[in-house]
Amino acid sequence: MINGSRTFRALALGFCLIAFAGAAKATTIERVVSPGGIEAWLVQDSSVPLISLEFAMRGGANQDPAAKPGVGYMAAGLLDEGAGELSSADFQRRLEQNAIELRFRSQRDHFYGSLRTLRERKDEAFELLRLSLTAPRFDAEPLERVRAQMMTSLMRETTSPNDIASHLWWRTAFPGHPYGRPLNGTLESVPTITADDLRDYVRRVLTRQYLTIAVVGDIDPATLGKMLDTVFGGLPAKSDLVAVEPARMEGIGRSVFVDLDVPQAVLNFGGVGIARRDPDFIPAYIVNHILGGGSFSSRLYKQIREERGLAYSVYSYLLPLDHAALIMGATATRSDRVNETADIIRSQIRKMADEGPTAEELDKAKSYLKGSYALNFDTSAKIAAQLVQIQLDDLGIDYINRRNGLIEAVTLSDVKRVAKRLLEGGMLFTVVGRAAKKEGG
Amino acid sequence: MIAPWAGRIDLAALRASICRKLHRVRGRQARLRNGKVPVYLSLRRLVLLLIVFLLCAVTAADASGPPVTHFSLPNGLDVVVIEDHRTPVVTHMVWYRVGSADEEPGKSGLAHFLEHLMFKGTARNPTGRFSQVVATVGGQENAFTSSDYTAYYQRVSKDKLKLLMEFEADRMTGLVLTDDVVKPELNVVLEEQNMRVANNPGARLGEQMDAALYLNHPYGRPVIGWRHEIEALNRDEAIAFYRRFYTPNNAILVIAGDVTPDEVRALANEIYGKVPRVAEIAPRRRPREPEPSAMRTVTLADPRVTQPSLQRYYLAPSATTAKPQQAEALEVLAYILGSGSNSRLYKALVVDKGLAVSAGAWYTGSALDDTKFGISSTPRPQVTLPQLEAAIDGVIAEFLEKGITAQELEVAKTRLVAETVYAQDNQATLARWYGTALTTGRSVADVQSWPERIAKVTAEEVADVARQFLDKRRSVTGYLVKELGRTEDKRS
Repeated sequence: MINGSRTFRALALGFCLIAFAGAAKATTIERVVSPGGIEAWLVQDSSVPLISLEFAMRGGANQDPAAKPGVGYMAAGLLDEGAGELSSADFQRRLEQNAIELRFRSQRDHFYGSLRTLRERKDEAFELLRLSLTAPRFDAEPLERVRAQMMTSLMRETTSPNDIASHLWWRTAFPGHPYGRPLNGTLESVPTITADDLRDYVRRVLTRQYLTIAVVGDIDPATLGKMLDTVFGGLPAKSDLVAVEPARMEGIGRSVFVDLDVPQAVLNFGGVGIARRDPDFIPAYIVNHILGGGSFSSRLYKQIREERGLAYSVYSYLLPLDHAALIMGATATRSDRVNETADIIRSQIRKMADEGPTAEELDKAKSYLKGSYALNFDTSAKIAAQLVQIQLDDLGIDYINRRNGLIEAVTLSDVKRVAKRLLEGGMLFTVVGRAAKKEGG
Repeated sequence: MIAPWAGRIDLAALRASICRKLHRVRGRQARLRNGKVPVYLSLRRLVLLLIVFLLCAVTAADASGPPVTHFSLPNGLDVVVIEDHRTPVVTHMVWYRVGSADEEPGKSGLAHFLEHLMFKGTARNPTGRFSQVVATVGGQENAFTSSDYTAYYQRVSKDKLKLLMEFEADRMTGLVLTDDVVKPELNVVLEEQNMRVANNPGARLGEQMDAALYLNHPYGRPVIGWRHEIEALNRDEAIAFYRRFYTPNNAILVIAGDVTPDEVRALANEIYGKVPRVAEIAPRRRPREPEPSAMRTVTLADPRVTQPSLQRYYLAPSATTAKPQQAEALEVLAYILGSGSNSRLYKALVVDKGLAVSAGAWYTGSALDDTKFGISSTPRPQVTLPQLEAAIDGVIAEFLEKGITAQELEVAKTRLVAETVYAQDNQATLARWYGTALTTGRSVADVQSWPERIAKVTAEEVADVARQFLDKRRSVTGYLVKELGRTEDKRS
């Protein structure tokens, strides 16, 4: 509730200019705090008549009951299937009539939402968002329908090499921990999820306590402040989260095979990474870029694809979760060459751990990472997602301006040291395909 | 709502373009791995993305839409400039009016194979240099091939545009190929075929259905090629294909982002203007389909199918081959019939009757020649495919009998036109729309008037295209099953 006696205003407590190297323009990020005390970061931009809002709440799949993985995932699928006075069909019709895009997703550590609306439909959009968060119905019809969809998807996963390899990796790496359980539930858990489970999840996770919001588009701070109170003000003040233990990765050094009759084998790998708050994170990010990052020039790409034609896709990435930091990767190759491919990946990892990147590789990687940063900010939704992540990582409202300096400051000795730290520990491999025969080290 | 993406979204069926490298969405929340679509995309969004992003030409009717400039160079290169000054970034694309449907019979996959080989260097810039430079300046690059076009692009900070234009212009006619780079790349393409098709029962069904739908037209061949024909492709064929089709008079330069038309005109003249016209291009006249006269059925069995599913393709005119307002009416029809949870098919099959877990419809309007209108559905476990098919036919029959309501029409138009406003937020999307239009026989003006034409669609026009094109004699119905001979999945 907004206090009626108070004048309606939003305070811009801090701001930051985003100014890319060489850019003639600058964009302002404002920290807006609503009259009711809800904070959001705002980039006001009227050049396109729309508004993008992204938010995150601490929780996600790690708050699924241990015996019922998939509760958060199912809740995310049902928030837009009936709320308040609106049935599922009515709710969907209102979204559709106003061309509003609303979606939710439950990831490992957070529950996320995104809203995209035309400027002139924003009041309706915010009202539907408010209803979906504060008064979801979980009626029987949509619940059973979504359950059937989840079951179909889970059935498909049982013969999909990508899904088998991925689930096996997480199950092997984190037995007994929420990270070891699939986000989208299991064939055993999904049939047991009830509306009460969903309501309980919503009550515990969808609150104002660990709420992070970013908004980009044609809305001014005062209007945003009012909107924040309207949409999120009715949520409970406090979350009721089950504590999540730090996750210690198991299975390092092992390779686990699953036999599946497919022409192409899928290989997933991963090991212990480096936390986002760790001072070595940025050097580790550079090391990963050189090993298996996004461009057409990583070592894995060159060795596996370019020189040998073993795979169409091979990559690695850092995955700094809240309760475990990881480095992950994957490829897919013809069944008769899967062992060769895995050996090349292992030897490239070992070589990088032992020798680190070269000076030339470091220079090129820095140049790429600095130059490509602006590409993360060319749509409203991308900017909003970046601003949510920067808040979740607690990097500060000026991070966008500092970030390229952090990359630039990394030295060759930093990356050599961090390459060893990141890659020396070994990895867990999971392989699904015809060549699969044995389990071994 | 949950996006039952697996199997539901059949990229091959949509004649989607295939890329040099999978796109991966950066960041923690979303990752596209091994061709998966992030699961948080809603079904509505997916359908729109697929219809609109890849296949259809849309832009802003909204007066505030971006300024678009179109001109040609003396060597025949078309240039389109889309201004977006919000971020100092540009999307630089070169599109060629050549795709898999321009291949000779027996050489399927050649257009796509050549797309991979275009990264193998020129006399001036040997193997890998272009990609290294793109990486060094912090650009992102990729390429994709469809039935009607092949395109290459980089997204980069605006001050690097000139540099990348020089590289792209150089490989327009300067490609050099040697067997030591061609052979490993052929294996890469075979692995791509494994990943996209051989490992994916739904994609295998899609290939078989295309082959059954198109009796005479090369759209019946997979963009990636038939495996046995890919295996036989070689350097000489790739070079011959390149010399025949890669020339400025067969290309379109699309630049979207923080640039002005004057800047681009000067750079394009200086850099692309020097590229010689090396081939004359014959009109793209592919063998036309005969008037369809027989309902076709295809069943693909794969032991990995855990849940049978059904697809139907109807032969339909494209935005290029249709009579005025037909393609627009087909877009609206696809929306009303099968987009989102209030669509006719979803509501009847999934919500009301509980026969299916998913149901949708789509129309791939962007094509040089006659294209497809599609329906897909996955039944609930106890429901057989013939039961599901009968229910789909029932929905269509009712639709044909009773037509659409005024409200359905308005919602569909609102939603489709809104998508053009949302597109203004994404320069790469806009660049793709214009490139697609100009390689499939449409103009910049066609793209710009799309929202107005959608807004003019009448209920009668929707009913007309439905009657004319949702005719089973124009269709192929595909069953994806675990094994053949299970009586419950036999057609009655």
